Amino acid sequence: MAGKTLSEKIITEHCGKVVKSGEVVIVNVDLSYVQDGTGPLTVRRMKEMGIEKAHNPKKTVFFLDHASPSPRMELSNDHEFLRDFARKTGIILSDVGNGISHHNSLEKYACPGDIIVGADSHTCTNGALGAFGTGMGSTDVAAAIALGKTWMKVPETFLVEVNGRLPKGVYSKDIILHLIGKISSNGATYKALEFTGSTIDSLTTAGRSTIANMSVEAGAKAGLFRPDGETRNFLKAMGREEVFRELKSDEDAVFEKRIEINAGELEPLIACPHLVDNVKKISEIGQVKVDEVFIGTSCNGRLEDLHIAASIMKGHIIHPGTRVIVTPASRLVYLEALKDGTIETLMEAGALVTASGCGACDGVHLGVLGDGEVCLATQPRNFKGRMGNPNSFIYLGNPAVAAATALAGEISDPREVM
Amino acid sequence: MGKAWKFGDSISTDLIAPGRYFHLRSNLPELAKHVLEGARADFAPQVRSGDFVVAGENFGLGSSREHAPTIIKIVGVRAVLAKSFARIFYRNCINIGLPAITCDTDKIDEGDELELDMEKGVVKNKTKGTETTFPPLPAVMNRILQEGGLVAYIKAHKTLEI
Ligand code: SF4
Repeated sequence: MAGKTLSEKIITEHCGKVVKSGEVVIVNVDLSYVQDGTGPLTVRRMKEMGIEKAHNPKKTVFFLDHASPSPRMELSNDHEFLRDFARKTGIILSDVGNGISHHNSLEKYACPGDIIVGADSHTCTNGALGAFGTGMGSTDVAAAIALGKTWMKVPETFLVEVNGRLPKGVYSKDIILHLIGKISSNGATYKALEFTGSTIDSLTTAGRSTIANMSVEAGAKAGLFRPDGETRNFLKAMGREEVFRELKSDEDAVFEKRIEINAGELEPLIACPHLVDNVKKISEIGQVKVDEVFIGTSCNGRLEDLHIAASIMKGHIIHPGTRVIVTPASRLVYLEALKDGTIETLMEAGALVTASGCGACDGVHLGVLGDGEVCLATQPRNFKGRMGNPNSFIYLGNPAVAAATALAGEISDPREVM
Repeated sequence: MGKAWKFGDSISTDLIAPGRYFHLRSNLPELAKHVLEGARADFAPQVRSGDFVVAGENFGLGSSREHAPTIIKIVGVRAVLAKSFARIFYRNCINIGLPAITCDTDKIDEGDELELDMEKGVVKNKTKGTETTFPPLPAVMNRILQEGGLVAYIKAHKTLEI
C-alpha cells in the first residue's frame, strides 16, 4: 500500500479507520472556534439544532477580533451575545484586545496533528504548526462545537517544494503570492497544499504562517507544514513544548501534483486590484500613489513583520501624503513590540498603532478607505470592497514593501532602501 | 420558473455580503437588501422569488461568512448556477439548503427563463428551448440538502453519522 500524505495521516488518526484521499469521512475535531463576524450566527444555529452546549468547551474558543473594540452598537450587542453564551457554556472567550483568532490559536491552542475547524476562512493558518486547520461556515462549526465532529472529504495534496535562499527584500509572503499567481485563485480548490524544501525549513513559524494563511487564496482546504525543530522551539517559547510531536508525509505518499519554486529567483511581488491572483513583480508596477499603508492582519501582523517594517522606517519620516496604520496580530505581538522598542520606532516615523485585531482588513473600522483611495496592505485579500469601500483600490505586498511605500508615498521596491 | 441574473468570474463574498454592512450580520433581512450589491447594484432591488444567480468560475471565493449564501436564499433565489464554486461557499450552500449547481453557464443569457429539476439533474432553459445536465451531488451532501440543510438534519438525528 502506498504511503500517506500528512493530511491522510492526520485524518486517519481522527476517524478510526485508515483513509485515503477522495473518501468522505466523519472526523473528531480537536479545536473549534468562531470570530465575532461568524459567531453570533453559529450560536443561533446551535440553538436551532437544539444543542446549546459545547461538546468540549475547553477546546472551543470565541474570538472577538473583527470589530475589536466594537465601533457600533449592533456589534457591541453581538459581542455581548457571544460573551453571554460563553459564560453559560464554559466556552473560552478571547475578548477584544487579545487579537486575531488564528494567531492566538498558534500561540495558545493549536497542536501539531490536530484537526481544527474555525468559522473563518483563514483557519488554515494553523497549518504552520502541522495542524489540519480549515475554514467552514457557521452551521458546520455549530455542528463541530455541539458534537465534536465534522464531515470532510480527505483532500488530495499538492506538494510545493521551495528551495534556495530568499533574496534581500523577499519574504514568505512572496513565495505564496508567486504560487497563487502561478496556479490562480482556484488552482488548489478542495486540495491540501503541503510545503517542503530548504527554504521552508529555514522559515520561522511566523514566516510559515503567512504561507499557511494564504493557502485559501488559492482555494486550498489546508496549507500544511511538517512540524520540525523550529516548531518545537516556537511551542517552547509559548510554554507548551509538551504538545510537540513529529509528523510527516511518507516518502512514498501519493501527491496529485508537485510544484517547484526556486526562491532565489523571486523578487518582491504585488497582488493588484481586485483579485489576489493578479500578481505582478514590483518592477512591473509603475508609479502608484498610495494614500494608506496597512501593516497587520492574520497574514503579516507578527513581530517579525513589525521588525522588518521598523528596520526600514527607523530614523525616517513617512511621506506626508500617506497615512500608515500598524495593527499587531495579537496582544503578545503587541507587548513584545512595545518592549523591544519596535512600536516606538514605528510611531516616531509617523505610523499610527492600533489595538491588536483584524483592524482595517475587514472593512469595519480602523482604516476604511475613501472613494478613489489606494492602499498598500500586508493583508491576504484585495477583493473589491474589502476595506469597506468598493470605490477604492487595494494592493498587497510584504512588510518591507509596505515600509518602503510608507516612506515614498508610492509603491516602492524595498531593495532600494535596505 | 425564474429569470437568470448573470454574473462573471470570481464573485467574492465581499461582493455578495460586503464588509461595510458587517453590523447587519445579526439582521439578515436588512443585510439581504444589499445582496450582491458589490457586483450588481440592480440585483437586490429587482430580484424576484424563484430567480437564478448564474455565474462563471470560482463563485463565492473569500471569507467563510455563511451570511453570503443565506441572504441569496432569503431574497428567494431558487439556485446558484456556476462553472465552479469556492469550497467553503459551496459547503455553506448545502448546509443552509440553497442548491449550488456546477454546470456550463456560458449558454445561459441574462433574462433567460430557467427551470430546475434537482431529481433529474437538469436545468431547462425555457427561453432557448435547451437543457443542461449536471452530475448528482455526493451522497453526504445530497442527504443533507434533501433534509433541508444541516441544522434540520442534526435537529432530527442528533448526530452527524450520515
Ligand atoms: S486579519 Fe483579515 S484576513 Fe485575517 S482573520 Fe482578520 S479579517 Fe480575516
